[in-house]
Amino acid sequence: MTMQTPAASAAETIPLTEADIRRIVKEEVTKAFASNPASRRAAIIASKGTLDWAYPPLILANAAAAAGMQVSMFFTFYGLNIIHRDFEKKLKVDPVGNPAMPMPVPMPDVVTGMPGMVTMASKMMRSRFAKNNVATIRTLLDSARELEVRLIACQMTVDVFDYAPEEFIEGIEFGGAAAFMSEARRSEVNLFI
Amino acid sequence: MPTDIHVDEVVDARGLMCPMPILAAAKAMKLLEPGQVIKVLATDKGSLSDIPAWAIDTGNELLTSGTEGDALVFYIRKGEL
Repeated sequence: MTMQTPAASAAETIPLTEADIRRIVKEEVTKAFASNPASRRAAIIASKGTLDWAYPPLILANAAAAAGMQVSMFFTFYGLNIIHRDFEKKLKVDPVGNPAMPMPVPMPDVVTGMPGMVTMASKMMRSRFAKNNVATIRTLLDSARELEVRLIACQMTVDVFDYAPEEFIEGIEFGGAAAFMSEARRSEVNLFI
Repeated sequence: MPTDIHVDEVVDARGLMCPMPILAAAKAMKLLEPGQVIKVLATDKGSLSDIPAWAIDTGNELLTSGTEGDALVFYIRKGEL
Protein backbone atom coordinates (compact mmCIF):
# COMPACT_ATOMS: atom_id res chain seq x y z
CA MET A 1 0.00 0.00 0.00
CA THR A 2 1.34 3.37 -0.93
CA MET A 3 1.10 6.37 1.32
CA GLN A 4 -0.43 9.56 0.05
CA THR A 5 -0.35 13.02 1.51
CA PRO A 6 -3.85 14.36 2.32
CA ALA A 7 -3.39 17.16 -0.20
CA ALA A 8 -2.52 14.77 -3.01
CA SER A 9 -5.49 12.50 -2.30
CA ALA A 10 -7.84 15.49 -2.06
CA ALA A 11 -6.62 16.69 -5.42
CA GLU A 12 -7.30 13.24 -6.82
CA THR A 13 -10.78 12.89 -5.42
CA ILE A 14 -11.98 16.48 -6.16
CA PRO A 15 -10.45 17.66 -9.41
CA LEU A 16 -11.20 21.37 -9.65
CA THR A 17 -11.20 22.97 -13.05
CA GLU A 18 -10.73 26.68 -13.59
CA ALA A 19 -14.46 26.92 -14.32
CA ASP A 20 -15.21 25.31 -10.93
CA ILE A 21 -13.04 27.83 -9.15
CA ARG A 22 -14.70 30.70 -10.99
CA ARG A 23 -18.12 29.36 -10.05
CA ILE A 24 -17.16 28.99 -6.38
CA VAL A 25 -15.67 32.50 -6.25
CA LYS A 26 -18.81 33.90 -7.88
CA GLU A 27 -21.07 32.12 -5.38
CA GLU A 28 -19.03 33.30 -2.41
CA VAL A 29 -18.89 36.91 -3.62
CA THR A 30 -22.63 36.90 -4.38
CA LYS A 31 -23.28 35.56 -0.88
CA ALA A 32 -21.09 38.24 0.68
CA PHE A 33 -22.90 41.00 -1.23
CA ALA A 34 -26.30 39.54 -0.37
CA SER A 35 -25.46 39.49 3.34
CA ASN A 36 -24.59 43.20 3.22
CA PRO A 37 -26.43 44.86 0.33
CA ALA A 38 -25.86 48.30 1.91
CA SER A 39 -22.20 48.14 0.92
CA ARG A 40 -23.38 48.34 -2.68
CA ARG A 41 -25.50 51.47 -2.25
CA ALA A 42 -24.70 55.16 -1.97
CA ALA A 43 -26.92 58.16 -1.21
CA ILE A 44 -25.58 61.62 -1.93
CA ILE A 45 -27.15 65.01 -1.14
CA ALA A 46 -26.08 67.86 -3.43
CA SER A 47 -27.03 71.13 -1.72
CA LYS A 48 -24.81 73.70 -3.40
CA GLY A 49 -25.44 75.51 -6.65
CA THR A 50 -22.09 76.84 -7.79
CA LEU A 51 -19.94 75.49 -10.62
CA ASP A 52 -17.14 74.36 -8.31
CA TRP A 53 -19.51 72.61 -5.90
CA ALA A 54 -21.41 70.87 -8.69
CA TYR A 55 -18.35 68.72 -9.32
CA PRO A 56 -17.78 66.74 -6.08
CA PRO A 57 -21.22 65.11 -5.85
CA LEU A 58 -21.28 64.26 -9.56
CA ILE A 59 -17.74 62.88 -9.59
CA LEU A 60 -18.37 60.71 -6.53
CA ALA A 61 -21.72 59.49 -7.87
CA ASN A 62 -20.09 58.47 -11.15
CA ALA A 63 -17.17 56.77 -9.41
CA ALA A 64 -19.56 54.83 -7.17
CA ALA A 65 -21.75 53.78 -10.09
CA ALA A 66 -18.69 52.74 -12.11
CA ALA A 67 -17.72 50.53 -9.17
CA GLY A 68 -21.07 48.78 -9.44
CA MET A 69 -22.94 50.66 -6.72
CA GLN A 70 -26.58 51.73 -6.88
CA VAL A 71 -26.46 55.48 -6.42
CA SER A 72 -29.17 58.00 -5.54
CA MET A 73 -28.51 61.72 -5.69
CA PHE A 74 -30.80 64.18 -3.95
CA PHE A 75 -30.70 67.74 -5.18
CA THR A 76 -31.95 70.21 -2.65
CA PHE A 77 -31.92 73.99 -2.22
CA TYR A 78 -29.23 75.51 -4.49
CA GLY A 79 -28.21 72.03 -5.59
CA LEU A 80 -31.26 72.13 -7.88
CA ASN A 81 -29.16 74.36 -10.15
CA ILE A 82 -27.14 71.29 -11.14
CA ILE A 83 -30.14 69.54 -12.68
CA HIS A 84 -31.85 72.68 -14.02
CA ARG A 85 -32.02 72.55 -17.82
CA ASP A 86 -30.06 75.83 -17.91
CA PHE A 87 -27.37 74.50 -15.60
CA GLU A 88 -24.61 75.66 -17.92
CA LYS A 89 -25.70 79.28 -17.45
CA LYS A 90 -26.75 78.96 -13.82
CA LEU A 91 -23.62 77.33 -12.42
CA LYS A 92 -21.14 80.09 -11.61
CA VAL A 93 -18.32 80.80 -9.23
CA ASP A 94 -18.36 83.72 -6.82
CA PRO A 95 -14.90 84.80 -5.65
CA VAL A 96 -16.38 86.92 -2.82
CA GLY A 97 -15.65 85.44 0.57
CA ASN A 98 -13.65 82.63 -0.98
CA PRO A 99 -10.01 83.17 -0.01
CA ALA A 100 -9.14 79.68 -1.28
CA MET A 101 -10.01 80.49 -4.87
CA PRO A 102 -6.89 80.79 -7.04
CA MET A 103 -6.70 84.32 -8.51
CA PRO A 104 -4.08 85.77 -10.86
CA VAL A 105 -3.27 88.35 -8.15
CA PRO A 106 -4.50 88.48 -4.54
CA MET A 107 -7.72 90.53 -4.39
CA PRO A 108 -9.65 91.89 -1.41
CA ASP A 109 -13.42 91.33 -1.28
CA VAL A 110 -14.11 94.96 -2.24
CA VAL A 111 -12.52 94.18 -5.60
CA THR A 112 -13.94 90.67 -6.11
CA GLY A 113 -17.35 92.09 -5.22
CA MET A 114 -17.33 94.49 -8.16
CA PRO A 115 -19.74 94.02 -11.11
CA GLY A 116 -18.57 91.49 -13.67
CA MET A 117 -16.33 89.60 -11.27
CA VAL A 118 -18.65 86.58 -10.99
CA THR A 119 -18.69 86.25 -14.80
CA MET A 120 -14.93 86.63 -14.93
CA ALA A 121 -14.28 84.12 -12.14
CA SER A 122 -16.70 81.62 -13.70
CA LYS A 123 -14.97 81.97 -17.06
CA MET A 124 -11.59 81.49 -15.41
CA MET A 125 -12.73 78.38 -13.59
CA ARG A 126 -14.28 76.90 -16.73
CA SER A 127 -11.15 77.47 -18.79
CA ARG A 128 -8.99 76.03 -16.03
CA PHE A 129 -11.13 72.89 -15.99
CA ALA A 130 -11.10 72.68 -19.79
CA LYS A 131 -7.33 73.17 -19.95
CA ASN A 132 -6.85 70.27 -17.55
CA ASN A 133 -9.29 68.12 -19.51
CA VAL A 134 -11.72 67.81 -16.62
CA ALA A 135 -15.09 66.46 -17.75
CA THR A 136 -17.84 69.05 -18.10
CA ILE A 137 -20.90 69.01 -15.85
CA ARG A 138 -22.91 67.93 -18.89
CA THR A 139 -20.63 64.93 -19.45
CA LEU A 140 -20.89 63.92 -15.80
CA LEU A 141 -24.69 64.25 -15.82
CA ASP A 142 -24.95 62.22 -19.03
CA SER A 143 -22.68 59.54 -17.69
CA ALA A 144 -24.54 59.40 -14.35
CA ARG A 145 -27.81 58.80 -16.20
CA GLU A 146 -26.17 56.21 -18.42
CA LEU A 147 -24.99 54.38 -15.28
CA GLU A 148 -28.55 54.55 -13.91
CA VAL A 149 -27.80 56.90 -11.06
CA ARG A 150 -31.14 58.10 -9.66
CA LEU A 151 -31.41 61.88 -9.84
CA ILE A 152 -33.99 63.11 -7.36
CA ALA A 153 -35.10 66.73 -7.00
CA CYS A 154 -36.25 67.81 -3.56
CA GLN A 155 -39.96 68.58 -4.03
CA MET A 156 -40.13 71.09 -1.19
CA THR A 157 -37.34 73.31 -2.55
CA VAL A 158 -38.68 72.95 -6.09
CA ASP A 159 -41.94 74.45 -4.80
CA VAL A 160 -40.31 77.10 -2.60
CA PHE A 161 -38.11 78.33 -5.44
CA ASP A 162 -41.09 78.28 -7.85
CA TYR A 163 -39.57 75.84 -10.31
CA ALA A 164 -41.83 74.03 -12.74
CA PRO A 165 -41.13 70.31 -13.17
CA GLU A 166 -40.34 70.82 -16.86
CA GLU A 167 -37.53 73.24 -16.00
CA PHE A 168 -35.32 70.30 -15.10
CA ILE A 169 -33.26 67.99 -17.29
CA GLU A 170 -34.67 64.71 -18.58
CA GLY A 171 -34.81 61.63 -16.41
CA ILE A 172 -35.15 63.10 -12.94
CA GLU A 173 -37.53 62.13 -10.16
CA PHE A 174 -39.09 64.18 -7.40
CA GLY A 175 -39.00 63.19 -3.75
CA GLY A 176 -38.98 64.35 -0.16
CA ALA A 177 -37.01 63.91 3.03
CA ALA A 178 -38.58 60.55 3.85
CA ALA A 179 -37.70 59.23 0.41
CA PHE A 180 -34.10 60.23 0.99
CA MET A 181 -34.03 58.70 4.47
CA SER A 182 -35.43 55.46 3.13
CA GLU A 183 -32.57 55.37 0.64
CA ALA A 184 -29.99 56.55 3.19
CA ARG A 185 -30.74 53.86 5.76
CA ARG A 186 -30.15 51.19 3.14
CA SER A 187 -26.88 52.75 1.95
CA GLU A 188 -23.55 52.38 3.65
CA VAL A 189 -22.22 55.46 1.88
CA ASN A 190 -24.07 58.65 2.78
CA LEU A 191 -22.69 62.02 1.78
CA PHE A 192 -23.93 65.56 2.29
CA ILE A 193 -22.26 67.97 -0.09
CA MET B 1 6.07 47.98 -20.44
CA PRO B 2 6.74 44.57 -22.00
CA THR B 3 4.41 41.78 -20.92
CA ASP B 4 3.09 38.56 -22.41
CA ILE B 5 -0.44 39.11 -21.08
CA HIS B 6 -3.09 38.62 -23.75
CA VAL B 7 -5.17 41.80 -24.02
CA ASP B 8 -8.77 41.66 -25.26
CA GLU B 9 -9.49 45.39 -25.18
CA VAL B 10 -7.40 48.53 -24.87
CA VAL B 11 -8.88 51.52 -23.03
CA ASP B 12 -7.09 54.73 -23.91
CA ALA B 13 -7.90 57.20 -21.12
CA ARG B 14 -4.83 59.34 -21.67
CA GLY B 15 -5.51 63.03 -21.05
CA LEU B 16 -8.72 62.35 -19.11
CA MET B 17 -9.08 63.42 -15.49
CA CYS B 18 -10.84 61.80 -12.54
CA PRO B 19 -13.35 60.12 -12.69
CA MET B 20 -13.25 59.55 -16.47
CA PRO B 21 -10.52 56.83 -16.59
CA ILE B 22 -12.59 54.71 -14.19
CA LEU B 23 -15.76 55.31 -16.19
CA ALA B 24 -13.97 54.32 -19.40
CA ALA B 25 -12.58 51.17 -17.79
CA ALA B 26 -15.97 50.24 -16.33
CA LYS B 27 -17.67 50.78 -19.70
CA ALA B 28 -15.17 48.55 -21.53
CA MET B 29 -15.30 45.88 -18.84
CA LYS B 30 -19.07 45.63 -19.10
CA LEU B 31 -18.76 44.25 -22.64
CA LEU B 32 -16.21 41.55 -21.79
CA GLU B 33 -16.55 38.02 -20.46
CA PRO B 34 -15.07 36.89 -17.12
CA GLY B 35 -11.41 36.04 -17.59
CA GLN B 36 -10.87 38.55 -20.40
CA VAL B 37 -8.34 41.32 -19.93
CA ILE B 38 -8.36 45.07 -20.51
CA LYS B 39 -5.32 47.27 -20.73
CA VAL B 40 -5.95 50.81 -19.45
CA LEU B 41 -3.71 53.71 -20.42
CA ALA B 42 -4.04 56.83 -18.29
CA THR B 43 -2.14 60.01 -17.56
CA ASP B 44 -4.23 61.13 -14.56
CA LYS B 45 -1.91 60.42 -11.60
CA GLY B 46 -4.97 59.76 -9.45
CA SER B 47 -5.36 56.56 -11.46
CA LEU B 48 -2.48 55.08 -9.47
CA SER B 49 -4.82 54.69 -6.52
CA ASP B 50 -8.17 54.84 -8.34
CA ILE B 51 -7.73 51.91 -10.72
CA PRO B 52 -6.53 49.40 -8.09
CA ALA B 53 -9.33 50.51 -5.72
CA TRP B 54 -11.93 50.23 -8.47
CA ALA B 55 -10.62 46.79 -9.46
CA ILE B 56 -10.94 45.49 -5.88
CA ASP B 57 -14.45 46.93 -5.45
CA THR B 58 -15.72 45.41 -8.67
CA GLY B 59 -14.21 41.97 -8.14
CA ASN B 60 -11.86 42.41 -11.08
CA GLU B 61 -8.20 41.55 -10.80
CA LEU B 62 -5.35 43.99 -11.34
CA LEU B 63 -2.77 41.71 -12.94
CA THR B 64 0.06 44.18 -13.20
CA SER B 65 0.74 47.87 -13.71
CA GLY B 66 3.58 50.07 -14.84
CA THR B 67 4.35 52.82 -17.31
CA GLU B 68 4.43 53.05 -21.09
CA GLY B 69 6.04 56.25 -22.30
CA ASP B 70 4.26 59.06 -20.44
CA ALA B 71 1.28 56.89 -19.60
CA LEU B 72 0.42 54.74 -16.63
CA VAL B 73 -0.69 51.31 -17.75
CA PHE B 74 -2.87 48.77 -15.95
CA TYR B 75 -3.80 45.22 -16.94
CA ILE B 76 -7.09 44.12 -15.38
CA ARG B 77 -8.77 40.76 -15.71
CA LYS B 78 -12.54 40.67 -15.52
CA GLY B 79 -13.88 38.86 -12.47
CA GLU B 80 -17.03 36.84 -12.07
CA LEU B 81 -19.41 39.67 -11.23
